[in-house]
Order: sequence, then structure tokens, then C-alpha cells
Amino acid sequence: MKRRDFLKSVTGVAAGAMVPAPAIWSAAKAQARSETLLIVSESGPNNLDIHGVGTNVPGYEVSWNCYDRLITHEMKTGPGGVAYYDRDKFKPELAEDMKVGDMSVTFKLKKNAKFHDGAPVTAKDVKWSLDRAVSVGGFPTFQMGAGSLTKREQFVVVDDNTVRIDFAKKDRLTIPDLAVIVPCVINSELVKKNASEKDPWGLEYTKQQTAGSGAYKVTKWTAGTEVIMERNDDWVGGPMPKVKRVIWRMVPQAGNRRALLERGDADISYDLPNKDFVELKGGGKLNIMSVPYSNGVQYIGMNVKIPPFDNPKVREAVACAIPYQKIMDAVLFGLGKPMFGAAANAPTEVAWPQPTKFVTNIEKAKALLAEAGFPNGFETTLSFDLGFAGVNEPLCILVQESLGQIGIKTTINKIPGANWRTELNKKALPLYTNVFSGWLDYPEYFFIWCYDGKNSIFNTMSYQSKEMDAFIHGAVDAAAIGDKAVYEKDVKGFVDLAFKDIPRIPLYQPYVNVAMQKNVSGYQYWFHRRLDYRALVKA
Amino acid sequence: MLTMIGKRLMFAIPSLIGVVIVTFLLTRALPGDPAAYFAGPAATKEAVEQIRKKLGLDKPLIEQFFRYTADLARGDFGNSLTTGQPVATEIKNRLPASAELTLLGLVVSIAIAIPLGVLAATRPGSWIDHLCRVTTTAGVSLPVFFTGLVLVYVFYFRLGWSPAPLGRLDVFYSAPPTVTGFYLIDAIIARDFETFRSALSQLILPAATLAVFSLAPIARMTRASMLAVLSSDFVRTARASGLSPGTVIVTYAFRNAMLPVITTLSMVFSFLLGANVLVEKVFAWPGIGSYAVEALISSDFAPVQGFVLTMAVMYVLLNLLIDVLYGVIDPRVRLEG
Repeated sequence: MKRRDFLKSVTGVAAGAMVPAPAIWSAAKAQARSETLLIVSESGPNNLDIHGVGTNVPGYEVSWNCYDRLITHEMKTGPGGVAYYDRDKFKPELAEDMKVGDMSVTFKLKKNAKFHDGAPVTAKDVKWSLDRAVSVGGFPTFQMGAGSLTKREQFVVVDDNTVRIDFAKKDRLTIPDLAVIVPCVINSELVKKNASEKDPWGLEYTKQQTAGSGAYKVTKWTAGTEVIMERNDDWVGGPMPKVKRVIWRMVPQAGNRRALLERGDADISYDLPNKDFVELKGGGKLNIMSVPYSNGVQYIGMNVKIPPFDNPKVREAVACAIPYQKIMDAVLFGLGKPMFGAAANAPTEVAWPQPTKFVTNIEKAKALLAEAGFPNGFETTLSFDLGFAGVNEPLCILVQESLGQIGIKTTINKIPGANWRTELNKKALPLYTNVFSGWLDYPEYFFIWCYDGKNSIFNTMSYQSKEMDAFIHGAVDAAAIGDKAVYEKDVKGFVDLAFKDIPRIPLYQPYVNVAMQKNVSGYQYWFHRRLDYRALVKA
Repeated sequence: MLTMIGKRLMFAIPSLIGVVIVTFLLTRALPGDPAAYFAGPAATKEAVEQIRKKLGLDKPLIEQFFRYTADLARGDFGNSLTTGQPVATEIKNRLPASAELTLLGLVVSIAIAIPLGVLAATRPGSWIDHLCRVTTTAGVSLPVFFTGLVLVYVFYFRLGWSPAPLGRLDVFYSAPPTVTGFYLIDAIIARDFETFRSALSQLILPAATLAVFSLAPIARMTRASMLAVLSSDFVRTARASGLSPGTVIVTYAFRNAMLPVITTLSMVFSFLLGANVLVEKVFAWPGIGSYAVEALISSDFAPVQGFVLTMAVMYVLLNLLIDVLYGVIDPRVRLEG
């Protein structure tokens, strides 16, 4: 009988606990809820410092909101009325003003800027931080290099409040590169105190805590579970943010993230499957933002060093056999911007990404394949990154089916996320789908990465062409000296050549999808595609 | 008893050494290059090499192994690259989360499965026997993530009875001061009943999911072993001597039927502890299973090794505990030991 009593009491307690939590909330907790933004996403940061070894993309979001840069971008109205960062207009963040000279740029710092621990932000901190970015190696150093910022000597302390950055060469990307996430300003004295001989830049310290002057500071971080950030009330980098506290919880299950949103428990979520976003949009209970990735394209790539893809006719045949519209409808549910099917007489624009003129045309594809000497097709493998299986898998199945119609038999090769980059680096995949997007939104930036003869990791096709290199470098040089006519000619030149040689077939520009409650506003689209809490408002 | 425990622990040492060697080699044999993974999306070959050097992966395998064992000896499990934290701390924080959930699930499961199994065995072919068969078959054939999602859908999304599936506590509660790492116990120690209530309400759905899944082996094993015992001579003698059916079943039959059930319990427990990854995923539970799987996906060696090693130690301890329990339940085992 005792067991039965026990069971009874257990069910009693269980039933009691089932009563919805808000009933027992104190007034203080309800108040806290209205000032707190609850964000849910699939994965969280592995490092709070973007300079760290292998910091993941969610880590960038922390860095963006908890550290300041010298300058940042102005906002403008983007596609669909969403606030969108203005690529060409900069405004000061930690700097008070910026004077661009011929071969250098000088920043005066805001005098009242303070780090989270109260120490003033000085020119020494700026120099130390930039020195760190170009010295630690890995991604941060590399990103600095993209703006020709490579040597510590380039960063000069003029006086306590003034920093000068010398240009290594004329490069249009230098100033924009100072407004990306990497050149953040770190509390150098605090970090130096916590550095060691083995770790001179204090990476271990900043991995666990934020040491910046930004609008938010991390007060608690449980890796893989949650990040809690509090507003820095002494922030001078911009208008005081409205949200006092941000709680960012990791919810691995997409269905649960959706349920949390629909029940009104979570305020914002991103990285939901496209289908969910479309349904939520239709439901009308939430605000849904869909903005195309700036400078990003999902594509089908072909390795031009591996026969038969060394034959341009074969590549063109594949481009004619892609089921473009089906991919837009059945895989993306319309949440993507088509990068195909431009009118036959449409002129090439000075812009990237832009649509190709390809449409699905099986007859033409068959004819081209026969012309190339493969009337009966051939066999190959079609690879994709399992880390993005939600889109990649159905996409590849559609492509497989369509290529089957022209006799190209493909075996689908699923590669786990951890191996994907290794495989890409080997440049041994004959046919695959992938996505690339650049932080800096300039056509030549994309092409340096993806089509240049120096064959970077993102030139996944191993495409090398002297003609292409001439166009790309012509555009880079013309941009540096502001020669608009030459620049436009060269950009059109490389776009046309990329579409003629077609080593990679653009499919669409993916969308960043963010779902939030109706009482949350102020979403801004940034090149890094993560959330900027500073502008968000919870009514 | 103590000599037996000592002996058993001695025997465990070679298997633990084996586990260390095998996990080390297995993680190295995994496809995938952690350096390339952690170098980030825009890394050049040089950047990947720099990372490899930082991680010590450029050294020969044997040197890596000796460094690893030397660190292990100092209690250092290494650092996880995906979460950025020392593996030992992570396991220390996550193991109680998994253990609390698993234990509660198991308690619920035992509370249902053992009476069900006993009743089914005493009345074979009756409706209760069929109920037992149907429940266990259904429980074991429903995948855990499915049961979990259905429970979330019904109790959270539709009815709103259960709190949001956001891990161990509601967002606005903070964890009680750590004593055992089990929130329920820690909350009681801290006399914080609001937190206790929140922690318990978060636990109910995942624990129920686990219970549904683990009903089958326990109930089936109880039924089978009870049936065997009930048909044995001593039970017939007891019945013939006119003992009440309750005494016969509980005192004589059930105690003797316990041994295989205990073994099954230990297996179910250790299995659930490592394998409730899906439940952890569905309920955003910060447990050890999801930690290990995430590490595996990103070729993050240290947590995988730490996880396997912890599990091996747990198995050894659990088996020991079961052996001791055997002795308590069955004097014959004690005498032989």
C-alpha cells in the first residue's frame, strides 16, 4: 500500500507543477520579462571574442553587440522596407570624427568613452586591438588582410585620443574593412593583466568574458545553453538601446522554436526551416522579415579540372538542365531571389549578384551534351554539406532527377559539416552545391574569392583564366583610384565571362529569415546577418 | 564485501586503459579535419596550418597520445573547441542534468512497469496482461523524439499546461546554489520552493518521454521472471501451505524475481544516460548526450574522449553497485562472494 501512497503523492506534485508558471510570478518578474528580450536559436557561441581560435558565427553576434568599432555604417531602407545597412555611408562609433587623407585615415576618439570596467578608451587600446587583429592569425588576421591591413606599423598612436591608420596601398576596401566585426576595440590593460607568456594576447581571457566598451556586456554564459547580456548604461557609441537585458537560449529543435514563438514565449528566432517561415508569414501572428543575403549566392559548382567538366559545352548543358523554378518553389517555398532567367536582351549590370540568362531547357541541354561528345551522358557524384541539409538535400534530389533526364547519372554524396571544408579544400569534388557570401558587398570582392586564378578555397571550381584575372584586377585597381568608366567595363567583363564559361551556376540569393513577436520592432539587416540588439525595441 | 569491491575495481583498471587507447585512436581515425573546421569559412591554407599548430595536431600521433594521457593523469580532459570550455567542467555540469532527468524517468518507469509486469504475470492472458503487452510494444516502437514532440505539442503548444521546453529552468529563474547538481535536491536544500516547482515542471515532459521508452524492457523482464518464479516448486509449496496470495507473490516470488530485473534496470539506466540525446535535443536539455553528439559532428576530439571515458567509469561503478545489490537481495550471491 505504501507504494500506492507514494504514487499518489507523486502524481499530486506533478499535477501541481503543471499549472502554468506565470501564476506564481511576482510583480518583479513580470517587470523583468517586459524589459527582457528572449531570443531562441539553434546554436550558440563557442567563444565571446571574434579574435579567438575558431570562433563560430554565433560568437560574432556577441562581439558585434558587446564591442565597439571606430566606425560603423549608416542605415537606409532596404528591400521590403527593412532597415538595411548602407554600404557606402559611415558614421562614427567610438571615433568622434574621421579624416581620410591620401594615404592614411585619422580618428579622434570620443572623450567620454569608457570600457565596461570604467577605464577610459584610449588610442593605446585601439592600437593594441588592431595589432591583435593582424597578429593572432586565422580568420581575424585574414579578414584584416582583405582591406590591406596587415602590419602593426600601420596603426599609429598620435596622442591619447587620436589614432592614425596608414594605408599599405590604395584600396577601396580599407575603410569598409574597419567597420566589420573584427577590428573591435578591446580593453587592453584589463586583457594584458590576464594574459600569459603562452597567450600574449589574452585570448583565453576574452573567450570567457567580454572586455569591451559596447552597448551590451555578457553577464552569464553557459556554453551550449544560454547567453545573458545586460545593457551598458554608460554606452556612448550611439543612442541608448531600449532593451535592458537579452537572454539568448539555444533550442536545437526547430519545431520547438516555432512553438515558442507561436505561444508568445520567445521574442525572436531565426534559422527556422523555410517552410515554417512561410507558414508563420501566412499565420499573420508574427512579424517575419525576409531579406536577401548581401553578396551571397547559392550555386551548383563544377570542377573544371575534372573531365568531363573541363568541357565548357558540358557545363552549359548542366546549366540548361537545372530545374530552377522547381527549386524556388519546392525547396525554398519562394524565400529566395532567383538568379536565373534574365530576359535574353537584358544588358549586363554593374552589380553582383545578378541573374544569368539560363532557364530549364532539357532539349537544348541534350543537344549540347551530344555536341560535347556525350550523347548518352555520363556518371558522376553530386555532393552537398549535411550541415545545411534542410535546403541542400531536396535541392540535390531535384538536380539529380533533372540531370537524369539528359543522361547524366549522379550519385548523391552527403558530407558531414565537419568535413565539408576539408573536402572543398582538396578541390576533388566534381559536382556540388554550396553557398558563398562576402561581408564586404562589392562585386570584385566576391570575384577575388570565387573566380580568381590564385585559386582560393572558395574558387571551388579550380577555375583559372588569364582573361578573368585581368578583369578582376582591372576592377580592383580602377576602384582604388575611382576610375568609374574602367571599373564598370571590367565588372561587366568578369560577370559576362563568368556566365559564358559557367564554371559555377548561380541558383538564387538566399534570404535571412527572422521571425519576431508583433511587439518587437527595430530589426536591422547587417552584412554579417546576425541580430543587432541595440536597435531592437520591445513594446 | 570490501575485498570484493576492491577486487572488482582492480579488474576495471585494464578495461579503462583499453578505453583510453581505443577512444584516442578512434577519434583520430574520424574523417574530418578539426583544424579546417575551426579555421572558419574564409580560411586560407596557411590559416588552417596555423590553427593546426595551435591545437597541437601537427605533432606525431604517439606524442599527441602521451600528452593526452599526461593531461588525463592530472585530471585535465582538455578543452572543447565547440563550446570553448574545459571538458571536465562541462561534464561536471552536464552529467547531473542528464542523471537527474534519467533517474526521474527511470523512477516513473519503474513505478509503472514493475506493478504492471507483476500483475501481468499473476494473471497471464487476462486484460491486464494484454494491457502490459500493448503499452510496452507501443512504448518501445515509438521513437523518443516523436513521443517528446507529441508531448510538447499537446501539453505545451495546445493545452499550455506545461512550461516552454527551454531546458532545466524557466528563463527567469536562476539555478539554485550547486550542492549535488540535481536542481530538485539543490532547490530543497536552498529552501527555494518556487525554483523547485519550476525545475520539476520542466522535468515532467522529458521524464515522461524517457519513461514511455524504458517501460518495455522493465515490464517485460518483470513479467518473464515472475512467470518463471511463480511456476517453480517453492511457490507451489508456499501456496500449498496456505500462505495468502499477497505474501506468496510479494515476499516469496517477487524477491526472487528481482535479480534479472535489477540487471535490466542497470542496463536501461546506463543506456538512457548516454542515449537520451534525442530527448535532450527536443527539450533543449543541457545534458551530456547532446554534448557528445555535437562534439562528434564537429570532430571535436576532447569532449568525445571525455564522454566515453566518463561513461566507462560510470559503467564500472554501476556494475559494482549492481553486484553489491545482488548480495543484498540474494544471500546465495553474498555467500559465494
